[in-house]
Amino acid sequence: MNHHEWMRFLFGRLSLDAIPYQEPILVWTFVAVAIMGAALFGYITYKRAWGYLYKEWFCSIDHKKIGVMYTVLGLVMLLRGFSDAILMRIQQAIAFGGSSGYLEPHHYDQIFTAHGVIMIFFVAMPLITGLMNYVVPLQIGARDVAFPFLNNFSFWMTTAGAMLVMASLFIGEFARTGWLAYPPLSGIAYSPDVGVDYYIWSLQIAGIGTLLSGVNILATIIKMRAPGMTLMRMPIFTWTALCTNVLIVAAFPVLTAVLVLLSLDRYAGMDFFSNDFGGNAMMYVNLIWIWGHPEVYILILPMFGVFSEVVSTFSGKRLFGYASMVYATVVITILSYLVWLHHFFTMGSGASVNSFFGITTMIISIPTGAKMFNWLFTMYHGRIRFELPMLWMMGFMITFVVGGMTGVLLAVPPADFVLHNSLFLVAHFHNVIIGGVVFGAFAGITYWFPKVTGFQLDPFWGKLSFWFWFSGFWFAFTPLYVLGLMGVTRRMGHFDDPSLQIWFQIAAFGALLVFLGIISFIVQLVVSIRNREALRDHTGDPWNGRSLEWSTSSPPPEYNFAFTPQVYDQDAWWDMKTRGSQRPTTGFKPIHMPKSTSAGLVLAVLSAICGFGLIWHIWWMAIVGFASVISTAIFHTFNTDRDFHIPAEEVVRVEDQRSRLLAHQV
Amino acid sequence: MSSSASNAMSNTEPGGFYDLSGSHHPENGTMLGFWLYLMSDCLVFAVLFAMYGVLGGSYAAGPGPKELFDLPVVAVNTSMLLLSSITYGFAMLEMARNRKPVTLIWLAITGLFGAAFVGLELNEFVHLIHEGAGPQRSAFLSSFFTLVGTHGLHVSFGIVWLITLMVQVSRSGLTPVMQRRLNCLSLFWHFLDVVWIGVFTFVYLVGVLR
Repeated sequence: MNHHEWMRFLFGRLSLDAIPYQEPILVWTFVAVAIMGAALFGYITYKRAWGYLYKEWFCSIDHKKIGVMYTVLGLVMLLRGFSDAILMRIQQAIAFGGSSGYLEPHHYDQIFTAHGVIMIFFVAMPLITGLMNYVVPLQIGARDVAFPFLNNFSFWMTTAGAMLVMASLFIGEFARTGWLAYPPLSGIAYSPDVGVDYYIWSLQIAGIGTLLSGVNILATIIKMRAPGMTLMRMPIFTWTALCTNVLIVAAFPVLTAVLVLLSLDRYAGMDFFSNDFGGNAMMYVNLIWIWGHPEVYILILPMFGVFSEVVSTFSGKRLFGYASMVYATVVITILSYLVWLHHFFTMGSGASVNSFFGITTMIISIPTGAKMFNWLFTMYHGRIRFELPMLWMMGFMITFVVGGMTGVLLAVPPADFVLHNSLFLVAHFHNVIIGGVVFGAFAGITYWFPKVTGFQLDPFWGKLSFWFWFSGFWFAFTPLYVLGLMGVTRRMGHFDDPSLQIWFQIAAFGALLVFLGIISFIVQLVVSIRNREALRDHTGDPWNGRSLEWSTSSPPPEYNFAFTPQVYDQDAWWDMKTRGSQRPTTGFKPIHMPKSTSAGLVLAVLSAICGFGLIWHIWWMAIVGFASVISTAIFHTFNTDRDFHIPAEEVVRVEDQRSRLLAHQV
Repeated sequence: MSSSASNAMSNTEPGGFYDLSGSHHPENGTMLGFWLYLMSDCLVFAVLFAMYGVLGGSYAAGPGPKELFDLPVVAVNTSMLLLSSITYGFAMLEMARNRKPVTLIWLAITGLFGAAFVGLELNEFVHLIHEGAGPQRSAFLSSFFTLVGTHGLHVSFGIVWLITLMVQVSRSGLTPVMQRRLNCLSLFWHFLDVVWIGVFTFVYLVGVLR
């Protein structure tokens, strides 16, 4: 082989040209990221915390720590996804007439693609998975999930996917196709570079993590509930987690399969979605939405659960219409599979097909509306405490109802023919995703934060964050409804009509308010951590909660419950409190627990290496990466040293300390 | 209703809110979890079948199933896989009788049948590609190779898993952990059999009839 062939073998498509040093925005971003990264690295090294982080967190298979790591991942990626958003808002606010703005079209196209991909896969998914991971085992009185090692592995696979997306920022580029990468645009003929390959492999790697965590939480809920907790006594958040994970297990394989088919088209020259040789691009659109529509319910259902917990806790009442809430959740779960075609009414499937999917779409608003009324009736005659989670809850109710109604509007096929791919659609789905999922994530984080850390969040900065987010949302997206009704389409980097500019400027102002909301949230975290002694809660039950997670200390001990609780009522902890249950203080036994392992982290790193090789056509790297994933996994199955017992004396020590704190409190 | 029942409970059993005896042990979820995974895998195959259903007639002026499929070879191939399922069943029966050597022998025979299946399938693929009917020839052939090849990859993966478990059984014996793992592989192996019956029927038989 000559020199050129050697380089080709060693580095595939990767060369120095892949580093975007001629693009100042990216260079400055890189500099900022590098400085922040170096500062963080230095700080951790200075604190000598690497060993602690590695042993106690990275290798931990404690569902609580994994839940926290998921949430941190989601929040960090929120900063990246939001930077993309604000870049777009500024571009659209200035790129009128003679001005082409400050973003090149090929850069702008990557930004809107990355924004969608990151927000759905690496912000919303980690946030819901984090909440479910942390809360579900505690709510059902379990000591961990069904497969603790898989849980750690799932987290690292999700992180590996996120890291690949981040790498695309500085090595090569990301897809320029929109967040679902429709062919033929995403085919090799129109996207010959690495962008779509970054998209494919980051989603495939993260998808493995998501699927396994879905299996895991399902098996946990079905097999590990405390004695007495029948299905109809499960807390609503656990119910919604159950339904969401059913959807994950039933939807993500479709995404995996369709991305495999797209990669076969791109890598092996097959003809699934090409225009030649009999391929059918609309099959891709169908299949990806068969995953994609359930996906939006995967995101919103757990948040419905969060809001249900929040509203009953802060109204001091049992949730109104528990059974109808469960049935509504299940009905939404089933219906979410019967509506995917409403994403492309304009495909031309004919009037009867479009009518069917239009009607099923509208029907979904019935169980969702039932939920709204249940929440309202829970608040009715309640003693409402306007704590932070409750503010997010009420912001959600107002925002989400509007988003739902514009959704019903779009479900009418003739209306959709006019509004398809317009900014009206963009406004609609941000209306439900921000109003539902993001507000829900903040409600959940502020609600369970004292459980996780043992101290409460500072309410002043929290309220500021809420009001900035809430007003910012409306400033940012109301103009898009208006523009959409005027026929402005999405994903445009430049506009000719100057009369539209004022609306985009208002939208950019809204994005600025949301930015202040995010800053306030970060300040809130910092202020709360600094004032943690003043905000400390020793009871483990700061909100006067109703479900079992509030019966343990905050933060809960490694084993969650020294004795497994016995459940008699749907509000198990409330029932225990009102009937004078006493916390047992003697008779502790050793507790059987799983052992930490680095296998999950190692497997995820190897998968990312394999993915990087595939993206850049560095075949030796892909093959070595894949072979080492398989052999590491096999090697891991030979490890039989997987569990240990927490000795009874240790349990006594932890529980006695809690007794002292509780006595001190009274 | 529930409140009166539970009140009675707490009156008769003070401290009945906790499992003080430590007698509650959550059930092991491995079989359920693995079954859930298999159902998700089933959906992957469902997508590939759907693709074949839509694109199976798109020959792009190339060869169709009638010219390409050699049913007698496929029949031999199918019987290899069906026999391997039966021998896996025998291995599980021996496992229940706790006879390690015989279990291992049946597992080895299962692996050989599986390898014969994969070998015949690869042979068919090579033959097709030599005839100019490779996966790039038409959407029909893309979907054919992908559906059948994905199944073949699963069987190959199953063989690697089978060998791993044979090594582990011969080292540690038929412990409860090993029995659970063999049960999981059993589910996997029979699942692939069921999928293959679908492939044989819808791809090969219907293809030749079409």
